[in-house]
Amino acid sequence: MKIKYLLVLTLVFVLILSACAQPTQAPVEEPAAEEPAAEEPAAEAPAVSELNILWAQWDPADYLQQVANMYEEETGIKVNVIQEPWGSFGDRFFTEMAAGGDAWDMVVGDSQWLGQGATQGHYIELTDFMASKGIDKSVTPATLTYYGEYPTGSGHYWGFPTEGDADGWAYRKDLFEDPDEMAAFEAEYGYPLDVPKDYNQLMDIANFFTRPDDGIYGVAIYTQKDYDAITMGVENTMFSWGGDWHDENNNVMGIVNSPENIEAVQFYRDLYECCQVPGLSNAFFTETNDAMIGGQATMIMNYFAFLPALASSDISEYADVTGFFPNPAGPKGAPQHAALGGQGMSVISYISDERKQAALDFIEWFAQEDIQTKWAELGGYSCNSSVLQTDEFLAAQPFNPAFAETMTFVKDFWNIPEYGELMEITQRHLSSFIVEGVGTAEETMNAIAEEHDQVLRDAGYIE
Amino acid sequence: MSINEAQVSTVDQEMKKQPRRRQLSDRSIVNLFIWPALLLLIAMNVFPLFYSLYLGFTDYSAIARQQPVWVGFQNFSRILNDEQLWKYFATTGRFALLSVGLQTLVGFGLAMLVNEKFKGSGLLTTLILIPMMISPVVVGLFWKLMYNPTFGFFNYLIGFTNPSTAPDWLASRFAGTPVPGMALWAVVIVDVWMWSPFVMLLVLSGLKAIPDYLYEAAAIDRASAWFQFWRITLPQVTPLLLIAVLFRTIEAFKAFDLIMGMTGGGPGDQTELISVNLYRQAFLGQWRTGRASALAYIILIIIIAISNLYIRYLNQMKGES
Repeated sequence: MKIKYLLVLTLVFVLILSACAQPTQAPVEEPAAEEPAAEEPAAEAPAVSELNILWAQWDPADYLQQVANMYEEETGIKVNVIQEPWGSFGDRFFTEMAAGGDAWDMVVGDSQWLGQGATQGHYIELTDFMASKGIDKSVTPATLTYYGEYPTGSGHYWGFPTEGDADGWAYRKDLFEDPDEMAAFEAEYGYPLDVPKDYNQLMDIANFFTRPDDGIYGVAIYTQKDYDAITMGVENTMFSWGGDWHDENNNVMGIVNSPENIEAVQFYRDLYECCQVPGLSNAFFTETNDAMIGGQATMIMNYFAFLPALASSDISEYADVTGFFPNPAGPKGAPQHAALGGQGMSVISYISDERKQAALDFIEWFAQEDIQTKWAELGGYSCNSSVLQTDEFLAAQPFNPAFAETMTFVKDFWNIPEYGELMEITQRHLSSFIVEGVGTAEETMNAIAEEHDQVLRDAGYIE
Repeated sequence: MSINEAQVSTVDQEMKKQPRRRQLSDRSIVNLFIWPALLLLIAMNVFPLFYSLYLGFTDYSAIARQQPVWVGFQNFSRILNDEQLWKYFATTGRFALLSVGLQTLVGFGLAMLVNEKFKGSGLLTTLILIPMMISPVVVGLFWKLMYNPTFGFFNYLIGFTNPSTAPDWLASRFAGTPVPGMALWAVVIVDVWMWSPFVMLLVLSGLKAIPDYLYEAAAIDRASAWFQFWRITLPQVTPLLLIAVLFRTIEAFKAFDLIMGMTGGGPGDQTELISVNLYRQAFLGQWRTGRASALAYIILIIIIAISNLYIRYLNQMKGES
């Protein structure tokens, strides 16, 4: 009897172990080559009747579903946009990919996932497909680089820029256009009060409108430590000061702790110290929007994807008097830059050749200018360069002109598989310096540079 | 052969004639009840426990399509030599000490209060228990609003009405000046608010179990209230109090959702408890599954060691009594 039970137990253990085992596959060192089947022409009759796209749960995913319904009307192929809450979006996607799962045919994934998607073989390469269909020329170069290309600058594409997004600003037009405020500002600073053209002007305006006795403050900027918020906020200034996270050879020493970056980080801390709405020591998009809706902030930083709430009179009583502007220029003549958000659409490599072809057909259809126009009309942030310049798009929403301008100068954090480790380092040090008030900008950037250097050396990016 | 014996013999013969029914033995029934639960336990608890122990000795990421690579004690060695992690362990220790210490005092005081019979004491007991029934994430978000220096009422309650000169608890600043440790205290206050009722509940059950004759005898001997508390109440309640402290210490070492809801481990790493950092390493773009598994085991060992100390002390007390 005991032997019987022992056998049953062993069998159960073996079953569990085999269920939990990873698929045996050698680690993928190089970006996976494009599947030959992806290049083949579509079959005469659609062999695939349904496609699944994974995306985060938010309004743009609903808009994509509406566009996908049009595709079904045209082709008979049903496209489902499966939405996963932001908090578990990455977890769900990557655990499925680790198992080589084919639950979805496409994913609208974060720009920072490109490295993992490409090097670990989750995505198929789209370079030839996008070039042959002219898709690579239809989107703004910056979005193609950051939503599609890996490694950056290599000319290898893994995603179609789908939902553009970047940091911009919202401001209180009623305060900016108040004659008394304008006169007082000009008298104090010697130039007229207007949307800031550079960060020095932004600092002046923030200082001018910081009036604790009236319950109003200059800015609400990102400070959250949890994941990537404070890094995204700070890199807006870093890039605009002419700084960067690395050079073309992935070197970080002397780059991360460059004088430009140190000055930019000091500026962000000064802005936080002088003019941040009190209590926003762990703030991201919700908190900065709330500061504007609550009438506490004169200017707020936020991703364009979250700005519609501020233009909605159902949500904000200041909706009619809220204006929007892109990141101002740096103080030393460096071009304007904005931290990138948004996602690109990639095709999963673990699906059948027929499904890959069907997915590519959908992307080809979706990338057409008239469909992109429709996508933008619904509320999606198209990356199509022509659509971004149309009068219809620019007039559709009050923040669209600022968005269209911003999408020409976006820049991103690292997108290599080790980005999570690099991000943890920047979050910890930047939060410590800016929010906690510990150390100097130079010490902070030196510490980040040293730790980044170590991570990159361990991962083999620097010899 | 008597009539009875004849009847029994007939019944036996009839039973033998009938085809033998398959009946479950007591042992089989026991097995049927035990094994499904046991197998579920093995699949859901025991296997992950040992599998994660194995992963602790490997270089492995749950999102990489790679087999775990055996690295021996490398993960453990790196963790134990990582100054940053020791800092988080120290923060966790401080949090546990402050939080559990205050919960013990407040919980004991509340139990003494509601143990007295007065009008509305039942209602008061129920109201006091409410905080521990709320989800920690919700508590964290509520308190984040209450701590807000502009519209939160916590500062108002303690006498600060001007946000510029008031403490910004979660930013660890007082009137704009950095005050190290302030954010940790803010989290401790919330944890104490939330979990003191738990200590109160256990202590209250201990207080109710103290026989009245002990106090009556002490009163006859004209013992003071302090003497009665020190020599009767405290020794009688201590075993239950220690159990409450044991549970709360374990929970304090695992505190996660409250911190993530309030500070996300910041500002800087002032409230970065080891469980928060464990989450950060295991998920949030890092996915260092092997290292996170090793860290989880180190935390487990520490919790077991502390629990053993408590249990040993508890047993020692039982032996003495």
